[in-house]
Amino acid sequence: MKILVPTKRVPDPDQPIHLNADKTATDLDGIPCIINPFDAIALEEALRIREEERSPAGSDIEIVAVSIGPQACEKEIRIALAMGADRAVHVITDAYIDSWVASNLLKAVADQEQPGLILMGKQAIDADNNQAGQFLANHLNWPQATFASEISFEGDRVKVARETDAGIENVSMALPAVITTDLRLNEPRYASLPAIMKAKRRPVDTHTPADLGVDIEPKVEIISMETLSAKRNCVRVSNVDELIVKLKEAGAL
Amino acid sequence: MKILVIAEAQGKEIRHASRSAITLAKNAAAAANGEIEIAIIGDDIEAAATAASAYAPTFTLSDASLANATADRYGAAIAKIVEQRGASLVIAASTSQGKDCVARAAASLGGTMVTDAIACENRDGKLVWQRTMHAGGVAAWVVAHGSPVVVTALQSAYEPAEPTGETSVTALEIDVASLPSAIQFESVSTKQSDRPDVTEAAVVISGGRAFKTAEDYEQLIGGLADKVGGGTGSSRAAVDAGIAPNENQVGQTGKIIAPDLYLGIGISGAVQHLAGMKNSKIIAAINTDDEAPLLDYADFALIADAYDAIPELIDKL
Repeated sequence: MKILVPTKRVPDPDQPIHLNADKTATDLDGIPCIINPFDAIALEEALRIREEERSPAGSDIEIVAVSIGPQACEKEIRIALAMGADRAVHVITDAYIDSWVASNLLKAVADQEQPGLILMGKQAIDADNNQAGQFLANHLNWPQATFASEISFEGDRVKVARETDAGIENVSMALPAVITTDLRLNEPRYASLPAIMKAKRRPVDTHTPADLGVDIEPKVEIISMETLSAKRNCVRVSNVDELIVKLKEAGAL
Repeated sequence: MKILVIAEAQGKEIRHASRSAITLAKNAAAAANGEIEIAIIGDDIEAAATAASAYAPTFTLSDASLANATADRYGAAIAKIVEQRGASLVIAASTSQGKDCVARAAASLGGTMVTDAIACENRDGKLVWQRTMHAGGVAAWVVAHGSPVVVTALQSAYEPAEPTGETSVTALEIDVASLPSAIQFESVSTKQSDRPDVTEAAVVISGGRAFKTAEDYEQLIGGLADKVGGGTGSSRAAVDAGIAPNENQVGQTGKIIAPDLYLGIGISGAVQHLAGMKNSKIIAAINTDDEAPLLDYADFALIADAYDAIPELIDKL
């Protein structure tokens, strides 16, 4: 079975956010980028499915990472390969890509690759849209399981434990399917330096949106952005009695 | 403009989060001269539909096969309802069901979707939306092209709507047998708690890694929450350590809340936790560490040990 793992390049969330001059996008110049943490969890899960031989009917697993974005994404693609992806597909574009366009590009790649499973993050930590996986599943007319915290296989079906508002929900579905990952699924491994060196030789197929025949006109465009600071002036109280008084004065108790 | 709210039933009522979505729908209706309808999907939803009709005319799709919200089936049902009602704006709550099923429906409705809206405005005859990004570190105004526009409302940004009077409940005619059913619901392990849900409680008592065991967390955080009639929350670290239950997690990847009072005890305040609670009306922190990042986001802080401060709080409140 082939597992397709979309891996988006995002700014390191531990770095302060800078906006461009006209405040319509984040300025990534000089900002370190990483694989979207939820996508890294998806890739880790694909690797574990292979290593633990969890694959359906013991089939061989091929793991293909897909990234959409500028040439600079190659760095994160090499990290995905160093973590253990067999090969990668890079859809090269400098354009602003919304979830709709991303899902259409991923659909085009899935049509070429014919994976048995697509594993991806539930959301990218920059746009926080939480849409692309659901859109992609609908385009492919495949079943989906979002917010996965556990994945197992039973014959040609996959069972997924999902993190929902009501608690852990268990669903099952036939393959092929789209699964989006939540935090508790696993802890992704680090790529070692020798693995990163070795990954330089792994194949990366490149495409453009045009050669995939995908229109990149976005459905949702950003007009303006502002960074938010939620810092408050914190009053230190000296004991529990004073805390209770302050909270009562503020109408909070 | 016709606005359709996809509401979620909860017993005989509709969910608080759906009432917040109705508030967003009202704001949008006021800004763009819209009329609101509500749709509810499920099984045994008659009472909830009656409750919903106190906010706006309500349409139901009720069938035993819709008892559980599986995304392929619900997604297709929502898309059919939107088309049948001719809605150009679809609003749902940013719940796990909203993100799962409504996003799937949005794909077949043309793919114009705005997640986690916190405001809307009419600019030159077109509605624009404000939403959060980067774990709440950025607010962006966005314009959505195409119709219908599908929007999920961030619950913490909107007060729940109040009922305005009786309207109608109408059963929709949709061929349920034609809806897909490739996703099989098997079970759900629901929490057993009498406390208000963390997303709905006016007061949230939240605990982090300062608690050594799940028993301590329940006795101290739970005990204080019970004393003030509040809900319990936690950091991701406490959930990962098995100290706090999963559904209590507040943060970018957990629940996003804005109670009247958020009291964080033994919580350092990681960025992703702050994203989930920083809009609370009053924030108080109890921590042994005077340098904990949460203190920068708090109105009041007490530098104290959780194990000393909480019993005293329970005693004195």
